[in-house]
Amino acid sequence: MPSSLQSLDPRPPSPDSPALEDHWSLTIKPHTKWWDLRLADVWNYRDLLWLFVRRDFVSVYKQTVLGPLWFFIQPLLTTLVFTIIFSSVAKMSTDGHPAMLFYLAGTTPWNYFATCLTKTSNTFVQNASIFGKVYFPRLIVPLSIVSSTIIQFGIQFLLFLGFLAYFLIIGTDINPHWGLIVILTPALILLMAALGLGAGIIVSSLTTKYRDFTFLIAFGVQLMMYATPVIFPMSSIPEKWRWIIQLNPMSAPIEAFRAVFLGGPIPWSSLGISTAMTAALLLVGVIIFNKVEKSFMDTV
Amino acid sequence: MSTVISVENVSKLYRLGEIGTGSLSHDVNRWWHKVRGKEDPYLKIGQSNDRTSTGGSDYVYALKDVSFEVKQGEVLGIIGRNGAGKSTLLKILSRVTTPTTGEIKAKGRIASLLEVGTGFHPELSGRDNIYLNGAILGMRKHEIARKFDEIVEFSGCDRYIDTPVKRYSSGMYVRLAFAVAAHLESEILIVDEVLAVGDAEFQQKCLGKMRDVAGQGRSILFVSHNMGAVLQLTTSGIVLADGRLAFSGSAEDAVDYYSSKCRPDGMLYEVEHKKRAWTGSQAVKIISLSFPGTSPIFAHGETIVFSAKLRAQTNVNPCRLSLTVFKSDGTPVGSCFGEECIPIKNRETLHAEVRMKNFPLAPGYYYMGVAVGRGNHLDGNVDFDVVMDVLNFEVQAPMSSENTSSSWSHGWGSIIFPTIETIPHS
Repeated sequence: MPSSLQSLDPRPPSPDSPALEDHWSLTIKPHTKWWDLRLADVWNYRDLLWLFVRRDFVSVYKQTVLGPLWFFIQPLLTTLVFTIIFSSVAKMSTDGHPAMLFYLAGTTPWNYFATCLTKTSNTFVQNASIFGKVYFPRLIVPLSIVSSTIIQFGIQFLLFLGFLAYFLIIGTDINPHWGLIVILTPALILLMAALGLGAGIIVSSLTTKYRDFTFLIAFGVQLMMYATPVIFPMSSIPEKWRWIIQLNPMSAPIEAFRAVFLGGPIPWSSLGISTAMTAALLLVGVIIFNKVEKSFMDTV
Repeated sequence: MSTVISVENVSKLYRLGEIGTGSLSHDVNRWWHKVRGKEDPYLKIGQSNDRTSTGGSDYVYALKDVSFEVKQGEVLGIIGRNGAGKSTLLKILSRVTTPTTGEIKAKGRIASLLEVGTGFHPELSGRDNIYLNGAILGMRKHEIARKFDEIVEFSGCDRYIDTPVKRYSSGMYVRLAFAVAAHLESEILIVDEVLAVGDAEFQQKCLGKMRDVAGQGRSILFVSHNMGAVLQLTTSGIVLADGRLAFSGSAEDAVDYYSSKCRPDGMLYEVEHKKRAWTGSQAVKIISLSFPGTSPIFAHGETIVFSAKLRAQTNVNPCRLSLTVFKSDGTPVGSCFGEECIPIKNRETLHAEVRMKNFPLAPGYYYMGVAVGRGNHLDGNVDFDVVMDVLNFEVQAPMSSENTSSSWSHGWGSIIFPTIETIPHS
């Protein structure tokens, strides 16, 4: 072949390498085994995961004046409203903690979970145009959403830490589990990320065919907040109804988060149950997601 | 040469119509059959993919039992009419969707270029988008970094590399996007009609680059409607028609096959119930069109004759026929309006013979669109009925003077002009 531009590829595949000779590196079949999750494929595309996170971060703040400051304003106002309505007006219990700090300790992790869930539940429908043109492990997209949402969480977490420091300095009676903060904080974030991801990809798989779930998720997440001890402590629920709230896998991480920073007993057993439920949900989610990703272009 | 892609009996079934209506009941039905160990009930009723006829089934085969192989270093052209199943095949090969039945095996990475600039983000700079697009296409970050300078040079966008791509002209956008794709290190490259964009110089550059890629022992699957590009680039070709593999062979043979056979062929065109792209009043309707004789092959200069069967629904007296001749690749060559001389009364069926005298068509493959109506391009016209994609025919070099016409080049166009007068001045 004539070649005007000289060989640009320093690593052309060698024609007689044994690997190419006798084994197929890729098989496209109508059906694959459900346990074939192709996670190695996801690992091969890890650079793309990072680039998506970067893209999301850079593109969100382009052409906004306040930039990441928006993440401060939203939880600050929400907490203020909660403090006025639930604490001052409705006189709901905050387990003896300062109301402002109590609500921030609830909404900060809850917001992270809720954002992860809502954003990942849109994966297929939102990315249909790019998914329709090129293959890469689709799981990269929800994973990148969960990762880039950590930035938003980090900013709100800083806000929370600021308030915590203020209340500690003015001598409020708060007893954080100092020794556990370093271990439990990342563990809880991971747990909530996994939960948001698992539930989100299940919903996103269902929305490809039945769009109804898009509407369900919008107010479902809001309703779910009231079934999670975000604006009330678990202790305010009558003993015999408590199991209902504990069935919600988000209850334990929120309670634990609050206990680590504000003091109180850490609900180890419910955390264990929540972790098991999360693992199951995530596994089911990945299996469904993998099944749907192969042919969702035909139905979306 | 070893085989790098092997496609075996691949079929793809699509459900027509609005998705969501009744799909739940179909899902339940399908699940019920599966539970009892029976075959999917909807696989049976699928019809072959002919977009012009309206079939009874809601399910249609976009691809049916397609099998072929691609060898290492081979550039395979995939040709076929719109809706023949080319895009479906590419989508299955690039793993955007799965086949309904059949299997594809491949050696090495497959990179697909079904669209230029997939995943480009308008807010990001050219630099960021190179990395992003490269990663989407399956490159690792260090691979892109190593090739970064080459990519920028190939695209010719060095000056704007740190500008957000939303400020790029569409040409620059395409150049940058193709540059990324051209530097993929995949063993198999799938390219769909991307050459349709960009200016002529860049198109040549792309073709050159693809030839290089093939020269390095990598394989390319190339889809195009541009037969010139197919001939220039590919070494072999397959022709798809109505979702089936109609032909497989050398690139030249495939293009020839496509040009001559791969149209709704035959001598008689029953068009009464054919779907119309444009619906007129149908005061007079075209029922059928046909070539007399045995084959629609005419020598250059020979009078092309066909007959038309018309039926009137009201009294329009008289009307005329008009026609447009298209090249096999879809380019219109020219049109002609006949005289208003067809006397046709209400509910009458009438045959008319049409003679195309002295049409200066160069050797090649053509087809026609035929209309019945009144008026012409000078006095204004109205069409009652129009049928497209009919009356395929071939014009061959005349037997007598082979030396002149047989050497007619495709690049000279489709019309042999009568003559020119040259008057030398001393």
